[in-house]
Amino acid sequence: MSNSTTAPEPIIELRNVTRRFDDNGFIAVDDFNLTIERGEFVTFLGPSGCGKTTTLRMIAGFDRPTSGQILLGGKDISKLPPNKRPVNTVFQRYALFTHMNIYDNIAFGLKLKKMDREEIDRKVKHVLEMVDLEGFEERSVATLSGGQQQRIAIARALVNEPEILLLDEPLGALDLKMRKEMQIELKSMHDRLGITFIYVTHDQEEALTMSDKIVVMNGGQIQQIGKPEDIYNEPKNAFVADFIGESNIFKGIMTGKMKVRFCGGEFECMDDVPEGTQIDAVVRPEDVILTAPEKGTVKGVVTGVVFKGIHYEITVESGKYEMVIQSTKTPKVGEEVGMCLEPDGIHIMIAEDHTTRFDADINDDYSLEYNGKPIEADITSIIKGSTLKDGSLKDSSGETIRPENIKIHISIEPADIELTDDAEKGLTSGEIINLIYKGDHYSYVIRTSKGHDLIVDDEYLWNLGDIVGLIMPAEKMNFTLAK
Amino acid sequence: MKKNTWIAPTVVLVVLLLIYAPILILAFYSFTDASSIGESAHFSMQNYITLFTTEELAAMIRGTLILALSVAVLSTILGTLGAMGAFYSKPRALTAYRIVNQIPVVNADVVTGFSICILLVVVFGINKDTFFPLVAGQTVLCAPFVFLSVYPKLGQMDPSIYEAALDLGASPATAVRKVVIPQIMPGIVSGFVMAVTLSLDDYFVATYTKPAAFDTISTYVVNATRGSQTEIKTALWALSTVIFVIVLGICLGMNRKNSAKEKTRVRKDRRVSA
Amino acid sequence: MKGTFQRKYLGIPYALYLLVLVILPLIVIVSYAFTDSNGRPGIGNFISFFTDPNTLGTLVYSLVLAFVTTLVCLLIAYPAAYFLAASRIRSKSAILMLMVMPMWINFTLRITALKELLTVVEGNLAFHPFMNSVIGMTYDFLPFMILPIYNQISRIDKSLLEAAADLGADPRQAFIRVLLPLSMPGVVSGISMVFLPAMTNYVVLDMLYNSTYIMGSLIGSYFSAYDWHGGSMISLILLVIICLFTLIAGNDENEGSVRGGSVL
Repeated sequence: MSNSTTAPEPIIELRNVTRRFDDNGFIAVDDFNLTIERGEFVTFLGPSGCGKTTTLRMIAGFDRPTSGQILLGGKDISKLPPNKRPVNTVFQRYALFTHMNIYDNIAFGLKLKKMDREEIDRKVKHVLEMVDLEGFEERSVATLSGGQQQRIAIARALVNEPEILLLDEPLGALDLKMRKEMQIELKSMHDRLGITFIYVTHDQEEALTMSDKIVVMNGGQIQQIGKPEDIYNEPKNAFVADFIGESNIFKGIMTGKMKVRFCGGEFECMDDVPEGTQIDAVVRPEDVILTAPEKGTVKGVVTGVVFKGIHYEITVESGKYEMVIQSTKTPKVGEEVGMCLEPDGIHIMIAEDHTTRFDADINDDYSLEYNGKPIEADITSIIKGSTLKDGSLKDSSGETIRPENIKIHISIEPADIELTDDAEKGLTSGEIINLIYKGDHYSYVIRTSKGHDLIVDDEYLWNLGDIVGLIMPAEKMNFTLAK
Repeated sequence: MKKNTWIAPTVVLVVLLLIYAPILILAFYSFTDASSIGESAHFSMQNYITLFTTEELAAMIRGTLILALSVAVLSTILGTLGAMGAFYSKPRALTAYRIVNQIPVVNADVVTGFSICILLVVVFGINKDTFFPLVAGQTVLCAPFVFLSVYPKLGQMDPSIYEAALDLGASPATAVRKVVIPQIMPGIVSGFVMAVTLSLDDYFVATYTKPAAFDTISTYVVNATRGSQTEIKTALWALSTVIFVIVLGICLGMNRKNSAKEKTRVRKDRRVSA
Repeated sequence: MKGTFQRKYLGIPYALYLLVLVILPLIVIVSYAFTDSNGRPGIGNFISFFTDPNTLGTLVYSLVLAFVTTLVCLLIAYPAAYFLAASRIRSKSAILMLMVMPMWINFTLRITALKELLTVVEGNLAFHPFMNSVIGMTYDFLPFMILPIYNQISRIDKSLLEAAADLGADPRQAFIRVLLPLSMPGVVSGISMVFLPAMTNYVVLDMLYNSTYIMGSLIGSYFSAYDWHGGSMISLILLVIICLFTLIAGNDENEGSVRGGSVL
């Protein structure tokens, strides 16, 4: 097939696709926009629960978008049932029909198309050759190894000559060696067939190895779309930087033209960001240059050295910051070292606003509440000049303010929220769904029971999946009044 | 897929109606003075008064319950010991256990009851009035179900916890008592419950092995159907209603407990897996 | 504690119990079946069963009744189980429990309820003995058909149905080619739980004022007549049918939990 060199032609387009689950209101996919070109190998990459599988299932037709369109060759297919779509899927745990032999499994789709027997025979034989399982027609599913079942699942999908092949974490159940082999094989299969592949995985290495284009997802939203190299070298935000490869992420500030300060030192960088901007700086462990203590931009003390085969992984403590370095040098634990960075070893990302915002409930006695938990704040200090007497609130001009006529917005910074393992304590509670180490503290994404994601900075380490209570001290809150 | 969402609830509802119509209609008439359903009738608690005050009925219900509990205790002990013995035996012995255990499960109750009767009463000459044939017979009916309920729990148990107990100084018998049995407790409990319900439901083994003067609910009801005592017949409607309400209560309670358990379990799992 | 304790010794009491109260009765049945009332060995009981048109007729009638009952149960239970398992109905477990709950209510009381209702509908129950037998048996055994089918269907991996749709099957084709074959073990298990009781549970017939005879009734009447040898022959014939059935249907230990009424 010869379309790989011609001008790009979109095969599938997702427009403003949102999927919300009825039973708990959870938004699995949030306003997703993506165009995939014919013949591309596109990978949806992200942690579990990020919406990648739901997106794939909507393309296959197993799930319908709550809103938005899915266009295949320009036509909206979002309401078409899966059996009417020219798309086939390789399932996570293969989904082979255990009550049929291999031949019947592969011929399933062809028989439904009422193809004649000889043609089916020929096609099944051909596709079995393609996956290196010639002569397996009569075998039963149960006699195959995991890797062989995987190949049959691929053959069963490919024999229908789909326009797009969807692969839902197809290598997840295989051991490491088998997985590497299949990665290469899938890639070469893609190159040979010229079919569009959409691949879902949470394994960043797999995504980097195989894809033409990676779509990094988190919390139902696209974080970044790009070629593997771009995603690795130019991550758009701290999530992508942390998820793809190993990285040191530091909070910092721009101190001049292409000058940035973080980790207790000032560095030259390549990104032109206005002076004074709050940023996150990403430094890959292999980009840190170890020097003699006096020659480094910053210095620190080695706290750990681990041999990793081709290099050592060295942990250095510099003031309150911690940096991970990959190097072939072997400093000793306790030794003082200097660290330098080339400008192209620093990637600058403009820091996002992670302030948590919500509205307080106002009781009849003017006390504030959220989630049924009291907020210890005095309303008279929020509404300037007001006085509270005999249970009624009067403003500076003496007029009564009724609780239902005012609204109080509360905002609080990530570093001001405390975490506790008592989920009942604090204003709300949630599950830790993501965490990023930022040199001197961890940045957590916490999904509350209502499905909101909050960012909390905390210096202590919690585990993914921990259910935590979020204590928000009233004195750290910022109140604004709206009528 | 979405178009025909009414079909499933309708089918389910119709089947539930089929199942419950007779029971519910009977329950309705149990609160009246009608002597057969369909008759015009007035509200009356007479059936319930008869049920709870007639000594013959009270003795029969008491006897059925005592029998069910004794049989269940005996079956639970035997079945649990059997499951443990089988689980720790060599494959060949295990196969023998499983095959023989399966015989009363698949066998028709009539055949089980009749064969026990021949062996114990005709061949061994044991008097039915000793209750031995009845208890032994119902235990044959129930113990295999305890076995089947306990056995899988042994498989699910981490085998090294028994070894851990030995390692920490427990004797084998203590390890079984203090570690293995608590681990398989859910299976033992559900086996016990099954044994109780099977004994309560049994007619055939009871009718072939019971003492002539003793009746279980089943044998009593069958005899009452043949007889012509209207008063007793309608009192049995009340009994049916009472049992229905009790079983319904237990089921709803269990269902609520399970769904609560399920919820906390899911939450715990998520914490543990992190 | 004794040093010789081994865990397998725990099974000894149960092993003895099975030996005396399961194996021994079967041996007694076989030996009684092939002896006459004077204790002389012979195949008289066997021959008289198969030459007497009454007993032979009863066997045929039982088989037909069991077949029809099983079929009716299946026709009601399969849609019920399927729609409950495959639909998006909430609180499935509660509804399933309602469907199988009658298992735990004494069957003689349930048949009493059915009898009263049928009497109102039909007047005299004696006019439709066959139909009433089928209704009574179906009413008694329906939960035992629903439960295994439901369990089997809800065990089927949903991605198999998605795979069928993905490969071009419409919902009907996916049902016929994938769901139905994969639910067969549950159907087989349900059939084996309904067919045999339907041949033997003569109390249901008795209670519905039925004068027709099934295999179980024969044992009952031999028992009443103190004819242990004749009864043993009937038992033996039933045992052979049960063995054949188990061989064909495959021995499924899940049956135990179904018949025992374990839903969870």
